[in-house]
Amino acid sequence: MAVNTMPPRTRPHSHVRPARGAPRRMPKLKTVIVAAAAYVISFLFLFPYVVMLLTSLRSQDSLREVSFWPEEWVWSNLTNFWTSGLAGNLWVTLKVATGSTVLVLLVALPAAYYSARHRFRGRTAFLILVLITQMFQPTAMLVGIYREFYQFGLVDSIWSLILVNGGFNLAFAVWILNAYFASIPRELEEAAFIDGNGRFGALFRITLPLALPGVITALIFTFIAAWNEFVAALTLTTTPENQPLTVALNSFIGQYQVDWQNLFAGSVIATIPVIILFALIERKVVGGLTAGSIK
Amino acid sequence: MRRLRALESIVWVGPAVLLIAMVVLWPVIEMIRSSFLEISRFGIVQGGNGFANYEKLFGEKDFADIMVRSVVWVVAVVVLTVLISLALAQLFNQHFPLRKIARWALIAPWAASVLMTAIIFKWMLDPEVGVINQIRVKLGLIDAMGGAAADQLGDASSAMPWLVFVAVFVSVPFTTYALLAGLATIPSDVYEAATMDGAGRLRTYWSITLPLLRPALTVAALINVMNVFNSFPIIWAMTHGQPGYSTATSTIFMFILKGSDIGESAAMSVVNFGMVIVLTVIFLKVSRWNKEVA
Repeated sequence: MAVNTMPPRTRPHSHVRPARGAPRRMPKLKTVIVAAAAYVISFLFLFPYVVMLLTSLRSQDSLREVSFWPEEWVWSNLTNFWTSGLAGNLWVTLKVATGSTVLVLLVALPAAYYSARHRFRGRTAFLILVLITQMFQPTAMLVGIYREFYQFGLVDSIWSLILVNGGFNLAFAVWILNAYFASIPRELEEAAFIDGNGRFGALFRITLPLALPGVITALIFTFIAAWNEFVAALTLTTTPENQPLTVALNSFIGQYQVDWQNLFAGSVIATIPVIILFALIERKVVGGLTAGSIK
Repeated sequence: MRRLRALESIVWVGPAVLLIAMVVLWPVIEMIRSSFLEISRFGIVQGGNGFANYEKLFGEKDFADIMVRSVVWVVAVVVLTVLISLALAQLFNQHFPLRKIARWALIAPWAASVLMTAIIFKWMLDPEVGVINQIRVKLGLIDAMGGAAADQLGDASSAMPWLVFVAVFVSVPFTTYALLAGLATIPSDVYEAATMDGAGRLRTYWSITLPLLRPALTVAALINVMNVFNSFPIIWAMTHGQPGYSTATSTIFMFILKGSDIGESAAMSVVNFGMVIVLTVIFLKVSRWNKEVA
């Protein structure tokens, strides 16, 4: 299963060994070159976000001036965000992301646990269904999603966004949780059961705590995906106050004069927590997404 | 007893199936149904429409261009992403100080919203004050006034490469990480054996690393194909598919159609979805679910 096949990051070995008899200094020079190249590339990948941060600190008047650094550092842009209308959109984003995460956990935990522990009729079909939906994204079926929620009368409602984000992120959560549950020996649970914990006692005291890394990964992954979601929200929300931050920021773009500093202040506030959360689970996400492929 | 077992599995697994059915499968049916209906701009169904939506779609004068562009878009982005990621994975697999922090920097484009990254690039490409044009002025590629050459996103021939660039930029981190995970599974004794046999670096990479990396590479590439095919925010934020439809892919076109003719937009979705199905079947074959699940 995905998680089990991810090997512990063993001390990586240098793939290319220095030729026999080469002077001992040689690897050092190589390390310097490798490190320099890696640092430059890392910086390039961070660069747009540095620009985002710097722009968010510029004054309105200096936006059209050609300079890389802000002439004065307007930290109030970041604090003004909280009193602007965009704070309401961030609140919508937070509600959608939290709601979808709770929904996914409530639905995925029992399904993943049961399909890891029991062989039942339809189990294979269920797991294939999950794998198939992992490849589906809202974009390709946007019209269908819109038509469906239009019929439910849920267009412009936060519930439609929670359902869509929950539904499309369920697959990843089921996969990764299933792998974790399957890796926990059944005997541990049975021992706790025999000790008089009851079936659910054993589940909550032994199995769930052991599967906690998987639960946290599923939780953070769903939260970030829902937090960043754009296309479904663009389609399903119509009133500005009901739009999550991504859609609200996008609507800045079409305007005659774009207040980039406000736009990027919002982006900075929305992006930094997500990057930090993601750094915590990055390794497990790779395993979950490429489930079953890396052997 | 048997019935009880069946009931039990429904209680545990049923909610997940229900959510998938409601949010993922129902829209597919609804989309296919809508593609055969005549629907007003405000969503009122006016009656059946046979294949008229499809005929109208295929008759659009930009349709052929858009489909060709979608394929070129996917192929260009995925090929570039894979090649760059192969190189980066090799680099970031070496030993060097602060490697962990350097790797973390790669996470940013992966974790951040693609829409926001696209908006940043749009700002950096601003004809007057964008940092990319400032660099081009410094390098003497354009003069200070810029002129028409400065507006990179205003013309399809210069906008398309930038759109591809941004798509590659946001796809490389995941791909590199997937390949790094793949590299970590290759046992070191294989390399030792190769060195003993006197294989050079290139030879070792070509005959050992690449073949052993293939499963990780294939799945990462397929996930990229799916993501890039479904990619919407980059083009939407940076050009809206304009000028005309000259930077629109099939997903952008589908979204634009939704504003004028929902039936025709549904027909475009069905065409897109057909391609998604084909890609999914390939994914299922490759990801060896049968070995893992059964």
